[in-house]
Amino acid sequence: MTPTAIVARDVTKRYRRFAHRNQFRTLKSALLTGSVLSDLRPEETFTALEGVSFEVPKGSAFAVIGENGSGKSTLLKLVAGITKPTRGSLAVDGRVSALIELGAGFHPEISGRENVAINGVMLGLTRREVDRRFDAIVDFAELRDFIDAPVKTYSSGMYMRLGFAVAIHVDPEVLLIDEVLAVGDEAFTRKCLDKIAEFRRRGKTILFVTHSLGLVEKMCDDALWLRHGQAADRGDPKRVVDAYLTYVAGGEEALLRSSQASAAERAETGDGSAPGGPPGQAALAGGYRPGRWGGREVEIRAVRLLDARGRERHVFVPGETVTLALSVHAATPVTDFVFGVGLFAADGTSVYGTNTDIEGFSPRRIAGDAEVHLALEGLSLVEGTYLVDLAAHRRDGTPYDYLRGLHSFRVKSRVKDVGLYRPSHRWSFAGGAEIVSPEPRGELDLGEEPGV
Amino acid sequence: MIAAIRALVRYRALVQSLVSRELKARYRGSVLGFLWSFVNPLLVLLTYTLVFTVILPNRQADIQPYFLFLFCGILPWTWFSASLAESSGVIIASGNLIKKVLFPAEVLPTVNVLANLVHFLLGLPILLAFLAWKGKLAWTLLLLPLPMLVQLVLTLGLALFLSALTVHFRDLQNILTHVLHLWFFATPVIYSYAAIPEGSPLRQALRLNPMTHVMVTYQQILFHGNVDHWRGLFLALLVGILAFAAGSFLFDRLRDTLPEEV
Repeated sequence: MTPTAIVARDVTKRYRRFAHRNQFRTLKSALLTGSVLSDLRPEETFTALEGVSFEVPKGSAFAVIGENGSGKSTLLKLVAGITKPTRGSLAVDGRVSALIELGAGFHPEISGRENVAINGVMLGLTRREVDRRFDAIVDFAELRDFIDAPVKTYSSGMYMRLGFAVAIHVDPEVLLIDEVLAVGDEAFTRKCLDKIAEFRRRGKTILFVTHSLGLVEKMCDDALWLRHGQAADRGDPKRVVDAYLTYVAGGEEALLRSSQASAAERAETGDGSAPGGPPGQAALAGGYRPGRWGGREVEIRAVRLLDARGRERHVFVPGETVTLALSVHAATPVTDFVFGVGLFAADGTSVYGTNTDIEGFSPRRIAGDAEVHLALEGLSLVEGTYLVDLAAHRRDGTPYDYLRGLHSFRVKSRVKDVGLYRPSHRWSFAGGAEIVSPEPRGELDLGEEPGV
Repeated sequence: MIAAIRALVRYRALVQSLVSRELKARYRGSVLGFLWSFVNPLLVLLTYTLVFTVILPNRQADIQPYFLFLFCGILPWTWFSASLAESSGVIIASGNLIKKVLFPAEVLPTVNVLANLVHFLLGLPILLAFLAWKGKLAWTLLLLPLPMLVQLVLTLGLALFLSALTVHFRDLQNILTHVLHLWFFATPVIYSYAAIPEGSPLRQALRLNPMTHVMVTYQQILFHGNVDHWRGLFLALLVGILAFAAGSFLFDRLRDTLPEEV
């Protein structure tokens, strides 16, 4: 059995629900009755984690996923030792560095150089160790020119970069990462990921808390899905992420169905949604959130993803032809209609979008049941989970039925290339380059596996 | 208490870094910069001298020149009161550190006390220069570390106590301002302890204040050049050790609640 880096046994964490209210009536009574240290009544507590157990073997990457408020960050704080579990035990073997808040200890008035020195000591290095790693830290953060300027003059990106650089150079045995990879531009994020990959190669343990599910699938060996503070699923990241996505989609649909009546009402009275925007979700503007909305004049009743042989599948290999088959229904005849499709990566990045209007189709009439198929030929996407938007709407954008991210498919590949799109490509080498070609291997043939 | 001392020793590099950061950051951006460490005590002295030699002249014979007597008391008092005032809010102010980084919280009040000790040490040469000018330098100066040590232990204990408790009772920060004000007048800084008649109720009350004994020792060492307050100082040391033990005990008990309450 491989040695474990983190062992959590039945970890439960309760927080006070009303901090500083009704907590102690007065200082005097608290001192007199000695209740400063006494326990609080259970109705005043909030359970952030309940009976979570898991083990993380040394040298593996472990992901924790879940909705906001599901207890992910609490779990990370417990592993970091910042707070203690209310019940259960948590053991961590080796030095822990937590990338929970980058640059948490920076002082704005003093220079980047001095902050690096102090932050390094704060994170557990000796001064000599900090000195030795100083150049590496500054180079990693790409702040050589600004290192003697006060940190208050840094942009937030520079601040985060410096924080990340220090934390990662602490060289921990166990690295905890809380959603901090969005610290810089694309190039810096890539560098961070490379550094994390290097960590893994050196046999260090990584615990991720993240919403970027693509990253989970690419980098992690194991995933834990927390739902309302309890472990909902645990195991192979791809399976767990799929289960999570299905749950999120289902939950959203139920939520939206229940709010459908009021949304429709609003649409009728005229203060309804902006075209293409989900009603009643204005607060979530900007983010990609699965959901369904629209007046249902044209209703998308069923959606199937078909392979080239017309069989329904959810997992494809790069380059396959994927057909989106929509069964739609118009209760009363409609003359103004557009069908649209959008593909999104798991993190909400748009991969492709089109509709019949953009491509110049002119609607005449739709009534009763109809079938709409869109064949995406040679869909050259890299491995990952992709969400599908399907919509029927007016030409001015008013939605009839908008299904955002309620359907998804996975692309699996033997080749672990990165990005979204895989162009047809070929390497060639000439001159002094000596390089051995891989053995030719076809892509997985998923069409032959029933039940995939 | 032993554990608390051991923790502080273990984190000495961190404490050292943070103290120097505190000192660097304090005057960063001001015109006088580090000179403020010297100018500040001078200005405080100027104010008190103005009040007590011009407005309400103090003519007690044993404490003349009065401004110098005042200086001997105000310098250590500033260390004491600034340390407590700053440490009472320090954990709340550094909430980010406590919540997001595995960080030994007791370092924070310690840093405050030590940074103010450095300010005290920086003010000391000015005081010594004035003493030399008035011909008051004496061999007793060599004993100066003794009251400083007592004050350090006492201040650290109170700082630990206050910093942890203020997280739970934020009212303390407001109360403390007034307590320190009262405490200042309850300590013989602007008046002479020796002038208060032996056996009077006031003197009995002042004797209960550990800072009285520390202050009297400072004044004897620096101003009078003749020390005999050893018993008082020893009692103050005992109170200081008691305060440190209580402070570190309370801090330890409340430690786990700090990240959740700040």
